[in-house]
Amino acid sequence: MARSAAEGNLKPQLTHNGLKREDTDRNGYHNKREGLQGATAKANNMATKNGPGTSVPSRQHIPESFEQAPMYVAVMTYLGFGIVTLFGYFRDFLRAVGLEKCHLAQEREEQKAFVPLYQDFENFYTRNLYMRVRDNWNRPICSLPGPVFDLMERVSDDYNWTFRFTGRTLHNVINMGSYNYLGFAENNADFLKTVADKVHQYGAGVCSTRQEIGNLSIHEELEQLVANFLGVEASMTYGMGFATNSMNIPALVGKGCLILSDELNHTSLILGARLSGATIRVFKHNNMHSLEKMLKEAVCSGQPRTHRPWKKILIMVEGIYSMEGSVVRLPDIIALKKKYKAYLYLDEAHSIGAVGSSGRGVTELFNVNPADVDVMMGTFTKSFGAAGGYIAGKKELVDYLRNHSHSAVYASAMSPPVTEQIIRAMKCIMGKDGSTEGMRRIRQLAENTRYFRARLKEMGFIIYGNDDSPVVPVLLYMPGKVVAFAREMLERKIGVVVVGFPATPITEARARFCVSAAHTRDMLNQVLHHMNEVGDALCLKFSRRKYSSRPDLCDETDFELDS
Amino acid sequence: MICEPACRMNFKNLREYLAWLYYQYLLITGIYVLEPWEKSIFNSILFSAIAMVIYTSYVFVPIHVRLALEFFSGIFGGQPESTMALMN
Repeated sequence: MARSAAEGNLKPQLTHNGLKREDTDRNGYHNKREGLQGATAKANNMATKNGPGTSVPSRQHIPESFEQAPMYVAVMTYLGFGIVTLFGYFRDFLRAVGLEKCHLAQEREEQKAFVPLYQDFENFYTRNLYMRVRDNWNRPICSLPGPVFDLMERVSDDYNWTFRFTGRTLHNVINMGSYNYLGFAENNADFLKTVADKVHQYGAGVCSTRQEIGNLSIHEELEQLVANFLGVEASMTYGMGFATNSMNIPALVGKGCLILSDELNHTSLILGARLSGATIRVFKHNNMHSLEKMLKEAVCSGQPRTHRPWKKILIMVEGIYSMEGSVVRLPDIIALKKKYKAYLYLDEAHSIGAVGSSGRGVTELFNVNPADVDVMMGTFTKSFGAAGGYIAGKKELVDYLRNHSHSAVYASAMSPPVTEQIIRAMKCIMGKDGSTEGMRRIRQLAENTRYFRARLKEMGFIIYGNDDSPVVPVLLYMPGKVVAFAREMLERKIGVVVVGFPATPITEARARFCVSAAHTRDMLNQVLHHMNEVGDALCLKFSRRKYSSRPDLCDETDFELDS
Repeated sequence: MICEPACRMNFKNLREYLAWLYYQYLLITGIYVLEPWEKSIFNSILFSAIAMVIYTSYVFVPIHVRLALEFFSGIFGGQPESTMALMN
């Protein structure tokens, strides 16, 4: 591959065949060092020497692990799915013959000759697999989703087709599933005083869109605050996080543009990309080699038939991927985007407020200049305990979006108490309310994350993702074990979220834990103790690596043993 | 694979251990999610299949093994015998 003068020091690392994870990790380590100095260099293409870089970070490269389970686990997973599928066909046969009543929607008699509505795989899966076990999802909660919550007890008499409430409440169930990273989902009257005041002042609803008459002064205040928090020129906020992605990407790119999107991007990003009409190409998850190959090919060949150059190339990545817990390789991507003149769209839904030494997200984690990311997007649902999303960047970008984004023009504006909740949470994190509560929570979250992950790995579970990310997926693999795990943990008064087939690959069902700053060490110990017991009772400890109980003393390379 | 967690758990008696093994069988095959009558159907089919395998092996495997041994000993040790038998 030709070496360009500009990124000369980065090329050797990128030409390595980075197919094995540990090799890319080691390359990524070198890349991060140089990428950081390159990213902060003032000159653009012509500089061969690194400019006066900002401080090289003192942190070491954090390893990401995606251990594979032994082969028999995959075999047993397929076996389990196969047997339940066979029984699914058997039950469908009984329903078709009439020996069993069908509880789900069916076509009417007159429509039997039409194109069938309910025979595709998705409906088959819902009828025969999901319905059997759906008592583990949509559990109704009757308190605020803080570190502990109350559940309404519900039972089913006909194998989960219908539910009824017994009237009992399960109190103080430990909440390991809410995206409550900094603990701002609280109902302490002192903290919420400003929110109550704003309800007095503005009411609860806005009754208009931002463009018409719904642009309140509190919205302007919030946008100014968000821009200050992120270190960018301007920002715009929207009432719904999903709609921020899906309605703004069509305003930024259109036909004739190219979107390079990570394999594991969230549905809102995929929906926005499809709605825009641009060409979408998918690169392998966090794999810079794959991304660079696609960028090269895009720049060289241009659009598919006409070979005209692409109008825009947009790279879409997320800060923390919520199903894997992995963190994006931001310095590498910024180096690539500068080299190939592409734009970067960074979705920090899970990482804003949750990573970084002062909660500013992955740009702070990697010590990268926020001006290098063209479009910074995030949501307020996770770390700020509110609802909504934002897009931040240069002032021209935000002004353009104010007029051309569907969400800005047609969607109702953010409600005032929610806006005030975000303002107070952000001020708390930044320290502007005069207390150190924000920094305490960020430190508590980092400590809880490290402790929880280290203990789980020590016990022998397979955990995915970066050691810094508060999203901890524990792999369960087999469908029977997924269901049994959720039920067992609820019996022990711990609420977990388990995720299965359509959201994850079929062989990798998992339980996803979200660590929060509001969890005390006691709660975490209780959860870990029960996880240990349930892990033994259900045989869930598949990991074949040996972890010592004091990882700080060991050399990093010990962690890179792969099976 | 199954011995390690079993050692960590404290089983009071054999009954509990067998119940735990049955639970593992339910989880691994995925039967755990089915209704009880479906579990019984699957268990009876599996049990009858295993019973047939055992019966067949009990009846036929000794005969097959004996025939195989005769065949191989015929190849290696029986050359002079067979030509003598033909001449006679």
